[in-house]
Amino acid sequence: MSSAKRTAKDALLEFKVSGRQLALTAGGSWTADRAGDLERLVDAALKRARDAAAVDINMARVERLDTYGAWLLERLVRGFAAAGREARVVDLPERYRDLVGEAGRINLGKVAAARQGRLATAIAAIRRTAFGIGRDFVMIVQMLGALAIAGMRCVIRPWTFRFTSMVHHLDRVGWRATPIILLITFVLGCIIAQQGIFHFRRFGIEIYVVDMVGILVLREMGVVMVAMMVAGRSGSAYTAELGSMKMREEIDALRTMGFDPLKILILPRVVALVIALPILTFIGSMAALFGAALVSWAYAGIGPEIFLSRLRDAIELDDFVVGMVKAPFIALIIGIVACVEGLNVKGSAESLGLHTTASVVKSIFLVIVIDGLFAVFFAAIGM
Amino acid sequence: MAVLGNEAVIGVRDLVVGFGETVVLDRVSLDVLRGEILGCVGASGGGKSVLMRTIIGLLPRRAGRIAVFGADLDGLSEQGLRAIERRWGVLFQQGALFSSLTARQNVQFPMREHLRLSRRLMDEIAVAKLEMVGLSPDVRDKYPSELSGGMVKRVALARALALDPDIVFLDEPTSGLDPIGAGEFDLLIKTLQQTLGLTVFMVTHDLDSLHSVCDRIAVLADRKVITVGPIAAMLASDHPWVKAYFRGKRSRAIDAAEIA
Repeated sequence: MSSAKRTAKDALLEFKVSGRQLALTAGGSWTADRAGDLERLVDAALKRARDAAAVDINMARVERLDTYGAWLLERLVRGFAAAGREARVVDLPERYRDLVGEAGRINLGKVAAARQGRLATAIAAIRRTAFGIGRDFVMIVQMLGALAIAGMRCVIRPWTFRFTSMVHHLDRVGWRATPIILLITFVLGCIIAQQGIFHFRRFGIEIYVVDMVGILVLREMGVVMVAMMVAGRSGSAYTAELGSMKMREEIDALRTMGFDPLKILILPRVVALVIALPILTFIGSMAALFGAALVSWAYAGIGPEIFLSRLRDAIELDDFVVGMVKAPFIALIIGIVACVEGLNVKGSAESLGLHTTASVVKSIFLVIVIDGLFAVFFAAIGM
Repeated sequence: MAVLGNEAVIGVRDLVVGFGETVVLDRVSLDVLRGEILGCVGASGGGKSVLMRTIIGLLPRRAGRIAVFGADLDGLSEQGLRAIERRWGVLFQQGALFSSLTARQNVQFPMREHLRLSRRLMDEIAVAKLEMVGLSPDVRDKYPSELSGGMVKRVALARALALDPDIVFLDEPTSGLDPIGAGEFDLLIKTLQQTLGLTVFMVTHDLDSLHSVCDRIAVLADRKVITVGPIAAMLASDHPWVKAYFRGKRSRAIDAAEIA
C-alpha cells in the first residue's frame, strides 16, 4: 500500500451542496480494494441527491480507476438518471475514458435470479422431486426394456455377447467381493444368534434361536444384506465408471464407431451382477449360519450336531428358495439403477458425485421395496 | 503501440527448469514490459507453457530468479506472494473453470475470496466482466459443461480479469477456436489490454495472433529464448528456426496479405 492511497482513504467521494446543485468530488483510488467502501459512498450519495436538480461528478483527482471504480461511477450516473436527475461526469482523465465508456455500455439485464417466496420455493421443490421420481421410474423401465432387447439379440446371436468383459466384471463384483461379504454376514449371524439367545433364555427356549436365525437369514437377511453391500460396493463403482466415461465423451465415441454402449458396457455389467449376487447370497447365508452356530455353541451350549438337526427341522426348502429366487431380481435392479445414474452424469465432477450417491441410495431403497413385494407375493402363494 | 514505458513488470533471469533428467529451460532470461502484449512462441513441448507455469509459481525452478513488479519472488513472504498473485490473472489452456459453479459464480469466486463486497456489487461486477468479454446474458447462469469451447475461454478470461489484475497470463488463448472466433478473441484481448492497461503474457501458436496483437514476440528454441522483438524483427531474422516458423508455408498467406 502506498502512502498516497492511505491519505486518499477518506476522500474517495466528497459531497458539496450549493443551492440545488450537488457537486461530488471523487478522489483516491477507485479500485477493487476500495470497492466495498466506495459502494457505500455511492449509495449514500444517491440518497443525498434527493433535493438536488443537477449533479456534477468531478473525477479530476482520481488517481487510479479500474473496472470496479468505472462500474460504480456508472452506477452513480444511472442512479441519478433513474431518479430523473441529470448527472455530468467532468474532468475525467483521458486515460480512463475508454474504461468508463465500456462501463456505460454494460447491460445488466436481470442481475440476480428473481427470488421466489418460501412457499413457492417449497412447492417448486416438491414438484421437482415428484417429477424426478416419475422420470427415474420411466428411465428404469426404459433401461429394463433396452436390456431385454439387447439380451434377446445376444441369445439369437450368442457370439455378439461380450463374454470376456462379463467375466472381468464377474471377477470384480463377485470373486473380489467374497471376503468382505463373508466377514460381514458371518459377524451379522453371530450378532443375531447372540441377541436371540439372550432373549429366548428368559423363557428357557434357547434352542429356538436356530429356527429364528435359519428363517431370518435364508428368507430375508442374507439376500438383503448382501444386496446392500453389493449396491454400495459395485453399484457405486458402475455409476462412477459409466459417469466418467460419459464425461470424457467415451460413450459418444463408442456410439460413433457403430457400437452400442448398451451391449458393450451395460449388458456385461448387469449380467455379471445377476450371476454374482445369487452366489454371494448363498455363501453369505452360509457364513451367517456358521457364525450363528458358533455363537450358539459358545453361549447356549448348542453343539454343531444339535444345531444342524434342529435347523433341518426348522427350515424347509421353500425358505431357501424364497431367498435365492429374489437374488437375481434384486441384482437386476441394482445394475439398472447404477447404469441409469451413470448415464445421467453431466459434465461436472459434482454431478458425478451426486449421481454416485443417488445410485447407492436408490438401489438400497429399491432393494427393500422389491423385497417387500416379494414377501407379499410369497405370502399370497403360500410359500 | 500500447507500450507505456520501459519498466519491466516481470523479469526472468537465468531460469533453469527441468524434470528428472531432462532440462526444459536452460538459463532463460526474459523481460515483460509494462503495458505490452508479449507473445511467447516455440516448438510444441519446447517449454512455453513450462515458462509460464514457472513464472506463476506452479512449477519449481532449479536455478534463476523471477521478479514480478520489481519484487524477487524468492524474497517474498507468504503474504507478499498472495498480494502479488492477486495482481495477476491466468487463463488456462482448457479454461479450468470450476465445473460445479455457473459462469457468473466462476467469475465471482476470486472476488469472494479476496475482496469484501456486497452481494449486489459482486453480481453486477461479474455481469459487467462477462459483458466485457462479449458473452450474452443467457450464458451467465449456465454451467461450464453447457458452454461451447469459445464461451468457456471467454468465461475463463472474465475470471482471469475478475480482480482487475495488472498482468494476465494466457496459455494458448485461441487454440481450439475457429479462425473467426480466434480473431474476435484476439481483438478482445487487445481491446481489454488497452482499456484496462493490462500487461499480457501470451503463450501461443497462432500466427495471426502474433501478427495482429502482440507488441513483442519471444522465441523459445533449444531450451533458450533465442530472440525477442516485434514481428518485423522476426520476419527479418536469419535464425533457421525463426525463419521456418514465421516464413514457413503456413505463414505465406499472412505475409502476402501484409505486403499487399
